[in-house]
Amino acid sequence: MITVGIDVGSITTKAVLLTDTTWQSLLLPTGCSPRESGKSVFEQILNRAGLSPADVNYVVGTGYGRISLPFIDKAITEITCHARGAHHLVNGTDMVVDIGGQDSKVILIDEQGSVMNFAMNDKCAAGTGRFLQVMAAVLGADVSELADLARGAESVQISSMCTVFAESEVVSLLAQGVPKERIIAGIHRSVASRVASMAERLGRGERLTFTGGVARNDGVREFLSRELGQEITVAPEPQLAGALGAALLARDRCKQTLVTLDEIH
Amino acid sequence: MSNDYRPMWESLGLDLESHDQLLKAIPQAFGGVYMQQKNRPAEMEYFDFVVSEIHGLRIQELQEHKSRGGKVVGAFCIFVPEEIVRAAGGICVGLCSGAEIGTAQAEKVLPRNICPLIKSFMGFKLGHVCPYFESCDMVVGETTCDGKKKAFEILNDYIPVHMMETPQMKREKDKVLWRSEVRDFVTEMQQFTGNQVTYDSLQRAIIDVNGKRKVLARLAELRKNIPAPISGKDSLLIEQIAMYDDVDRFTEQTTKLCDELEKRTRAGLGVQEPGALRIIVSGTPMAVPNWKVPHIIESSGAVIVAEELCTGLRYFENTVDEDGSDLEQQVDALAKRYLDIDCACFTPNDARTDKLVKLAEEYQADGIIHCSLAFCDPYLVEANRVEKVLKEHNIPLLRIETDYGQEDSGQLKTRVEAFFEMLAAKKA
Repeated sequence: MITVGIDVGSITTKAVLLTDTTWQSLLLPTGCSPRESGKSVFEQILNRAGLSPADVNYVVGTGYGRISLPFIDKAITEITCHARGAHHLVNGTDMVVDIGGQDSKVILIDEQGSVMNFAMNDKCAAGTGRFLQVMAAVLGADVSELADLARGAESVQISSMCTVFAESEVVSLLAQGVPKERIIAGIHRSVASRVASMAERLGRGERLTFTGGVARNDGVREFLSRELGQEITVAPEPQLAGALGAALLARDRCKQTLVTLDEIH
Repeated sequence: MSNDYRPMWESLGLDLESHDQLLKAIPQAFGGVYMQQKNRPAEMEYFDFVVSEIHGLRIQELQEHKSRGGKVVGAFCIFVPEEIVRAAGGICVGLCSGAEIGTAQAEKVLPRNICPLIKSFMGFKLGHVCPYFESCDMVVGETTCDGKKKAFEILNDYIPVHMMETPQMKREKDKVLWRSEVRDFVTEMQQFTGNQVTYDSLQRAIIDVNGKRKVLARLAELRKNIPAPISGKDSLLIEQIAMYDDVDRFTEQTTKLCDELEKRTRAGLGVQEPGALRIIVSGTPMAVPNWKVPHIIESSGAVIVAEELCTGLRYFENTVDEDGSDLEQQVDALAKRYLDIDCACFTPNDARTDKLVKLAEEYQADGIIHCSLAFCDPYLVEANRVEKVLKEHNIPLLRIETDYGQEDSGQLKTRVEAFFEMLAAKKA
């Protein structure tokens, strides 16, 4: 059986192609058209595997662009997909922290990887990848360098949660001559504390798994672990958890359909 | 709108340019949210017609009433006893304030961060865009929340405001206070309209308004059926229209609709599949044209079966006792009915959380969505109590905080859909 999960995020579009034994993945920037990037990531991953759309049994789309994909069999939210993906990637996960480009979520899951409860940020960008991106731009750095730049630095307090106000706060900190690395550490802490408060409200899990693009940032992970007072495991390939979850849910659905067909025959 | 109402709007002093923009936006929004629905009851035609004439026919009726010397009284809260306005020969209209309008003007007198409903009513008044507002001779304010309480002082610069002090607790002394407020309102309305409120006129008004509440309760009762015979969006629209339509006509039309729904129920017809998720919405009022969250919910495959809102159950769930033998007993009955409303402005407000548990059971709801306007302290804070009680009863809850803007629609859709995926998995 071959299934595909397509996760169209605000910044990156991810695809996972799942066969009975293996899975492979592909990432593309989303750009200005979620529909186009979703289509193109699907075509490219199939091409690379030497497959055609007819070879695929089921496609699940997820991420904010999920509704704009005409070729999928079903759209499932990234909350359900990240839960399933994290459950597969890290054994025994009971709580998932997912920080993506424009959203952050905390998800409580059961032993099957199903969602039991979740919390998600309100419409502002505080505590998301976008917040890091905006701050990186102010500091003249790339978002991927932030963790290395801040390594070992003591964090400065960034009091504004609002991205716009935090940006001016960073500018004024720079003007005061506060070292860049301390500011970056402060930014990491700001993201972590925002997400930690969502986790507190939901009721803490035993085994926390970190997914989404921001999970690649070691600084955020460290502060998150400090804020929550417990270890947090970064999922292998954290950015792909959503697309992998989508492909796994596609497989589940496909099996269900087969069972129903068997019953009919 | 069929007739040319421009001369009327002009005479009301409306800012015609802004008003045109508003009127252009409503059919678009209404078409997208309402007319795309499948399996709508045929009797919704009347309510669609009311919306198509939103600033036309009803305003004309209000003007005719005024030309006969009648008064029009506006209200923003379901604590204002409509019966007393009617008994004094006035017409009471609920002013909607469900759209972001005149923000720049409103912000001249209000802080930037304030409840969108308050900002909206100030915007409507200062921007001269609501013909209902401009038809009002007076507004009745209340002290249900700090934002409104203080905003009414400002509104009084532009239109006479009579304030009623709504208590914050429900002890005996609070009941005495509220009873005196209701009694004073009778005197106030008599003076304002020049008409005497008599036992007979008040009795008539109590019976008429009870009639409206009873037909709305009948509609609510019908929604307990599986599959639900009417969508939550249509029901909300009816509840919104109840606040400003002619009472007798509204009762008659809603009765017709309920008759149709009864037939549908007997035939097993519904708006969604019998297996569709059943949701109760609870929280702050949803005023016209704020259909944002119900639209997201129902376009994600669920059906809303009840609204524990001011534009919903809180408006009609209790009736006024009709057995009073003199005016003072009628006032007692009115005061009692209104103080029974379980608004988050009261402390404690266990009756509301207890009711939610009961509603979830009676309506066989799969989950509750708590929806509050931004900056509404009473409801946003009370959400914690709601969450606690629902958790004890294993009733799934999703909490939403939003305003009249559309920029968070995508984000809200993700949360609502994820909630439904979770509920569906639990159900399976």
